[in-house]
Order: sequence, then structure tokens, then C-alpha cells
Amino acid sequence: MTNVIEVSGLTKRYRDVLAVDDVSFDIQKDTIYGLLGRNGAGKTTVMSILTAQNFATTGDVRVFGQNPYENASVLARMCFVRESQKYPDDALPAHAFKTARLFFPNWDQQLAEQLIDDFQLPLKRRIKKLSRGQLSAVGVIIGLASRAEITFFDEPYLGLDAVARQIFYDRLLEDYTKHPRTVILSSHLIDEVANLIERVLVIDRGRILLDEDTDSMRDRAVNVVGDETAVDAFVAGREVIHREKLGRVASVTVLGALGDDDRERLAQAGLDVAPVSLQQLIVRITQHAGSAEPSLNDEGALR
Amino acid sequence: MIEEGRALFLQIAESVEDSIIDGSLAEEAQAPSTNELAAFFRINPATAAKGVNMLVDKGVLYKRRGIGMFVAPGAGDLVLAERRTAFADRFVEPLLIEAKKLGLGPDDLSRLILDRANAARGAANEPTEGVAR
Repeated sequence: MTNVIEVSGLTKRYRDVLAVDDVSFDIQKDTIYGLLGRNGAGKTTVMSILTAQNFATTGDVRVFGQNPYENASVLARMCFVRESQKYPDDALPAHAFKTARLFFPNWDQQLAEQLIDDFQLPLKRRIKKLSRGQLSAVGVIIGLASRAEITFFDEPYLGLDAVARQIFYDRLLEDYTKHPRTVILSSHLIDEVANLIERVLVIDRGRILLDEDTDSMRDRAVNVVGDETAVDAFVAGREVIHREKLGRVASVTVLGALGDDDRERLAQAGLDVAPVSLQQLIVRITQHAGSAEPSLNDEGALR
Repeated sequence: MIEEGRALFLQIAESVEDSIIDGSLAEEAQAPSTNELAAFFRINPATAAKGVNMLVDKGVLYKRRGIGMFVAPGAGDLVLAERRTAFADRFVEPLLIEAKKLGLGPDDLSRLILDRANAARGAANEPTEGVAR
């Protein structure tokens, strides 16, 4: 598998805040990634450094094997749809699309027009006057119609209603199928994108917590529910990432897929097993990492 | 349609196998393409491809170069045999465990199963009575 992005030892420090802490990862060609993590985890910082809109403090970033800074041949092949994209005061959506058309060599005007229609975007209203959802639609249209070899979507769904989000997911999948390319999608709506993303990158407090194949995460953890003593006996020796209790009933999330003997043991003990969605799993893993490690301020002690 | 907690590629493969077992996808018929499966289930095409490839490896589907995927001869029997083996684990095992909790032995169970099956057959033989109510 070819890598289109290679990051090693990337660190970004803003005065006394360590936003990105010595991360290394690769992004494979023609793959849809989910870049997931809490607010302030460092997602936007990483994406802006990869697209040369911000500087790394230390570390090495290679895009298509080259340094992206002031490198027009690399930048024209990437599109970054920012959540807080700013446009000139008197700009209309039509102006934004015209500019994008000039900038992106693979721009597909027909796709752009179809998307404008899908999202019912008013072309002659000033961008400043658009609703939050319509503003997001402008970004989504540019991100899809640019057909850049690498496209970053940073929380592209803000203000979009459920119907518009479904349009975005469907069009993304449809166009990706016809024109495979690399997409990095940052989202908090994990369950909505779980089936679209082939790999997940979870970033937490400036570090990569997970870098995995999404499908292999689906049976990574289970919830075991039932009488506390029986639950405790079953989970002994397993990695517990979450625990809840109501009276004598305990609900415990454990890592590790269950084998047939495990299921038989659970049934014998009268315990229930419930699946854990990708969203729940990531929430639990992030919380678990947060409680197991000292905070960022103690970073020195971690190494 | 898609369940949580199980790998998607397995679920995609099973849905194709279901169509083969119920006869809607005959042997030597063209199977849905990876892209059709991805669009229908709204999943990543790479995941759908993994499911299809698993069926090719198992000999359920085969590829005709440049045309697409087809159901292999004998695929129905192959899938059926596999499902029958899994049936004991998936259905009989939990049945025995629950029955034991309730104090029912294997003999009680087989009697119950026969009674139910006979009752169902009886109802099917007298359809008019059911309609009258």
C-alpha cells in the first residue's frame, strides 16, 4: 500500500501548550480515514500542518514524498475544508466555486452543480448571510467537487440537518467509488461515519491513541451485564475499560473478542452480552486513557 | 440491517449467502458487485470487497474476468452445509442452557419440539378454521 502522507515525530507547541506531542503516522493512498478525538485533541492542528497552513515546531511531514511548505505542486493536489473557513465580506457562493474551479485541476463542475441542487444552496446570497448549515454546504461542495487527491474535511457537518448529512455521506461514497482518492474526515458523529471510514485514527491530548482498520474494531469490545459477582468472575484477568453499577447489577466493558467458550461461559453464568458501537468504544478508550495516565502537564514523567 | 459488534465484511458475505440459500441468487447467476453492495449497505467499498473476496476464497463465488462475480456451481450445498454445522452452536446450545435452568431435560425438549411441530402442521392442514376468526 502506498503512503501519500508520512508524518514522523511531529510536535506543535503554542507557548506553554503542547497541541501535538511527537506523533508519527502514515496515510495510505485511496483510503477514507476517520480522524477522531475530543475538542482540543489536536485534530485541526495536525490537518493544518499537513496542508501547510501552520508550522510544525519539530518533526517531519511528507506529502506525496515532499515537503508541502510553499510547494505549489503538492498543494494543488490537496483540499482542506475548514470548519471555520473565512470568505471575503461581499463574496457569494458563486465566487467561492469559481475560485475553487481555478485552483483545483480536477474540479468537476457538473458534480458541483448537482451538489448545489442537492443542498438547495442559494448562489446569489452573500456568504456572510448564509445559515451555518448553508455555510457548511459551501465547504462540502468544494471538498467533493475539487476531487483533490487528498481531501480533508474538518467537521464538515456543523449546522447541517440529518437529511443534508445523509446527502453528504451518500455523495462522498458514490464519488469515492467512481474516483478513488484519499479522504480524511474529522467528525464527532462517530456512529454516522463508522461505516464509511476504512481506517480510524484517534487522537487524544496531542497523541495518537489508535490507528486501525475500522472493521476490525467492531468486535474489539463487549459489554457484559448481570449480577456483579458473576460479572467480576468473568472479567477477572481481562482488560476492563469501563464499569457501571446499579444495585447488584454491573455493566462492564471489556476489551478482546469473545470466543465460543467465552459465550458458553457467559450463558452458563446467566450473563448478558451487548455489542459496543464504534462511538462507545472510542469514548471508553479515550476516557480509559485519560484516567490511566497523568495529565499533559506531567508529560516529562511519561517518557 | 447491519448489526453492531460484528465485522461488516462478514455481514456482507452472509447477506449474499442468504440470497443463495433462499434461491433468489441461483448458481451461475451474476452476484452483486462490490460497488452495488457498498451503495446498498452504505458502507466503504473496500469493506464490501473484503466480504466478496472471502466468498471467492471459500468457493461460493468466482470471478469472470472483465464481467464480474458469479455464483459457483455447488455454492448452495456448500453454504447450506456450513450453516447446518453452525446451527447447533448458534441455536441448540443456548436452547439446552436455558432449558437446564428451567429444569427441562433433553427428553422434555425433544417432546416439546415434536408437539410444537405437530401443532404447526395441524394448523396448516385446517386453514379455514384460522380464517374464520
